[in-house]
Amino acid sequence: MMTTISKTTAMNRRIFLKSSSAVTGGLMIGVTLGLPLNIQAAGTLYTPNAWVHIADDNTVTLLSARSEMGQGVYTSMPMLIAEELQVDLRKVKVAIAPPGKVYTNALLGAQITGGSTSVRDGWEKLRIAGAQVRMMLISAAAARWNVDASTLRAENAMVIGANGKRATYGSLAEAASKLPVPEKVVLKDPKDFTIIGKPTKRLDTPAKVNGTAEFGIDVKLPGMVYASLEQCPVIGGKVKSFDAGKAKTMPGVIDVVQIPDGVAVVADSYWHAYKARQALSVQWDEGAVAAISNASMLDGIRKAADAGKAIPIIVPKGDTAAAMKNAAKVVKAEYVSPLLAHATLEPQNFTADFKNGKCLLIGPTQFQQGAEGGVAAALGIKPEDITLKTTFLGGGFGRRLEVDFIIQAAQISKAVGKPVKLLWSREDDTTHDFYRPMALHQLSAALGADGKPVALDFKITSQSITQRAFGLPKDTLDPFMAEAGVMPYDIPNTKYDLVILDSGLRVGYWRSVSHALNAFANESFIDEMAAEAGKDPYAYRMSLLEKQPRFANVLKLAADRAGWGTPAPGGRSRGIALMEGYDTYMAQVAEISVKDKQITVHRVTVVADLGRMVNPDTVQAQIQSSIVFGLSAALNNQITLDKGRVQQSNFGDYPVLRMHEVPVIDITLVPSTEKPGGIGEPATALIAPAVANALFAATGKRVRNLPLHENLAKA
Amino acid sequence: MSTKLNVNGRAVSVNAEPDTPLLWVIRDELGMTGTKFGCGAALCGACTVHLNGQPVRSCQTPLSAAAGKKVATIEGLSRDNSHPLQVAWIKHDVPQCGYCQSGQLMSAAALLRSNKNPNDGEIDAAMSGNICRCGTYPRIKAAIKDAASEMRTFAMRKA
Repeated sequence: MMTTISKTTAMNRRIFLKSSSAVTGGLMIGVTLGLPLNIQAAGTLYTPNAWVHIADDNTVTLLSARSEMGQGVYTSMPMLIAEELQVDLRKVKVAIAPPGKVYTNALLGAQITGGSTSVRDGWEKLRIAGAQVRMMLISAAAARWNVDASTLRAENAMVIGANGKRATYGSLAEAASKLPVPEKVVLKDPKDFTIIGKPTKRLDTPAKVNGTAEFGIDVKLPGMVYASLEQCPVIGGKVKSFDAGKAKTMPGVIDVVQIPDGVAVVADSYWHAYKARQALSVQWDEGAVAAISNASMLDGIRKAADAGKAIPIIVPKGDTAAAMKNAAKVVKAEYVSPLLAHATLEPQNFTADFKNGKCLLIGPTQFQQGAEGGVAAALGIKPEDITLKTTFLGGGFGRRLEVDFIIQAAQISKAVGKPVKLLWSREDDTTHDFYRPMALHQLSAALGADGKPVALDFKITSQSITQRAFGLPKDTLDPFMAEAGVMPYDIPNTKYDLVILDSGLRVGYWRSVSHALNAFANESFIDEMAAEAGKDPYAYRMSLLEKQPRFANVLKLAADRAGWGTPAPGGRSRGIALMEGYDTYMAQVAEISVKDKQITVHRVTVVADLGRMVNPDTVQAQIQSSIVFGLSAALNNQITLDKGRVQQSNFGDYPVLRMHEVPVIDITLVPSTEKPGGIGEPATALIAPAVANALFAATGKRVRNLPLHENLAKA
Repeated sequence: MSTKLNVNGRAVSVNAEPDTPLLWVIRDELGMTGTKFGCGAALCGACTVHLNGQPVRSCQTPLSAAAGKKVATIEGLSRDNSHPLQVAWIKHDVPQCGYCQSGQLMSAAALLRSNKNPNDGEIDAAMSGNICRCGTYPRIKAAIKDAASEMRTFAMRKA
């Protein structure tokens, strides 16, 4: 079956063209700066649409509108375009797109890399983009040869005629780029895919094994100086006064400047800047956050849970209160998730060059328009006066959706009148994050005489990131707090509520966002319900999934694969968990042992049904990655506050998983023709409840607060 | 304040204070940015280089300690990705964000120099100082075994 899609309206067309010229201009500047993520072609460059650049020397460059932070978009986005464009993926060049409306992520409403959306957003859009250019090249050849376009086909970057006549894309690029972008394109039947769905080697790997891949920290501009920024130990605090006398006498120091977030030492090298920064003396007005400690934050959440406005996550079903009253048994539990840092291995950094009212920004970001808008507002210039180039990101995980460090770099550059690279230390990074918010879950369930649930009451109380970051009005449902909040299980009476409070501490999106909070509570609680009912946790779940075939399928596959119901080897214990997130259905079984209150996770079985896949090898890698990332947090990680000061500072007191702690990760991917689901995050959310449930199986102790190690010790 | 050292087989003379960490000498003075900064406290391994053949955390190695010695960085492993570890890294598509991988490769290279056939425990021990936030550990381990095997085969053929 052929799919005909008509997407390109006149309006879109204008945006395409406008943005196309902007794209070329911006990237041509890149060549003169010697950046690696530019379009380098010996010949003249043509831009048939915003995603494809073809030079007359046959160099084909495909753009990824998403930032490469490890998740593989540098390969998967070009795969989608190349499938329809009929080019060899190994021969194309890839560039990360500049800011532009055409590059908006339709699922998030801005040019954002996050939310496991890249493939879901690009699935049709990028294939259409590739098909458009293919058709334009074919039309150009048809005109040149004076034949009907329907007699021509495209293959391996060439247009081929019925008589064997051939023309390279490069030779057709100029003519093709002058043609209108086709309104209608015909996309391949998925069964004819030659690129999509095939395990494909990442295009960025070669540069990442010899040190040539350019990250933000590696950017160098002519005349560039280096900055190290002293920020208030209490986030949000402001400079009252400072003495830079000693710092200014230290080797290499060029200037010491105050910006709204602190005092920056600017020097001829990072080390000189960092060292001189230690000699600063700064008095701070610490601000309101200084009153916050961990205990006071949790106390505030509890009070809000009691007295705050309850926002329904979904329309209530039946009469939960009545069902609770009449139930044979009521189960209640509370779960607490702590603050968490992102801890990208590349500390926050950005390079800025403010000159004559214009600003060049180069570095790692997940949010190109946020960077533009933030810097424009901070410097009092227009977004059009900003040129932004995105390097490789040394990890993102949501931290690089924030633009604080980008604004700081721009402000420092403006203050010293030079190109500046601002680099945070690891301690800066740990103590000045936008942390995953603390959350309290209060759940109760009414069980019938047969042990099955007749009612469920769910309440999450936490802080809204979206209110701060995107101006979501107060007391309205924040969808990024309700993810995976509604259980898939068949329960006749349900009530799901959200209470939002503002703790005063800034919080941020952290890989898998509220999926991790809600899945930990829900999937722990369904286990508790099964235990109260005297049922096996797997069988109990399955008995409630008759109307949910995709959930039931992954759960059954995971249980079978993990040997559920048979004794685990070596006295180990198993825990199971299930979730849908980002349109991906996933089940996990964790196999653990516990000795002297130390948890060893030996094996994690993962079954994922994420619909169609672009690069199955990247899907595997993302699941492995998510498990390791989520397991660090589940077992060990938390950020704590004392008088507003973050008490952790580096990997010594924020210990992330190392090689010897990593379990065997056994992954099964369910073949599917459903639309693609996201895979960068769901496994991160599910590992905590899987391990917590295994911990209950192993010890009989239900640990309801994260991280598990610290709270097991207290249990 | 000139300090002489040998970096990737090349004699260099550096004008930096003797207490400057070797990491920043390599990155900012010599302009070789493959070696990465992660923690500044020898906790993450992103800055791993070889000093006279031994793996060290360059963020905690003062320039003075490298004076007159041989320093090897990721740029010295091979520029054309021909080192067996680089070949294996590509075969297993190890990197994700890639930021830690220079350090991982240098730790792995040091391991394989002293141990031609490391088992899981030996790989864990040699690599436990290197953090990867993307969780590429299973692929790193597989790639090290693969590279070790290739290197043994190559050595046998040579002999």
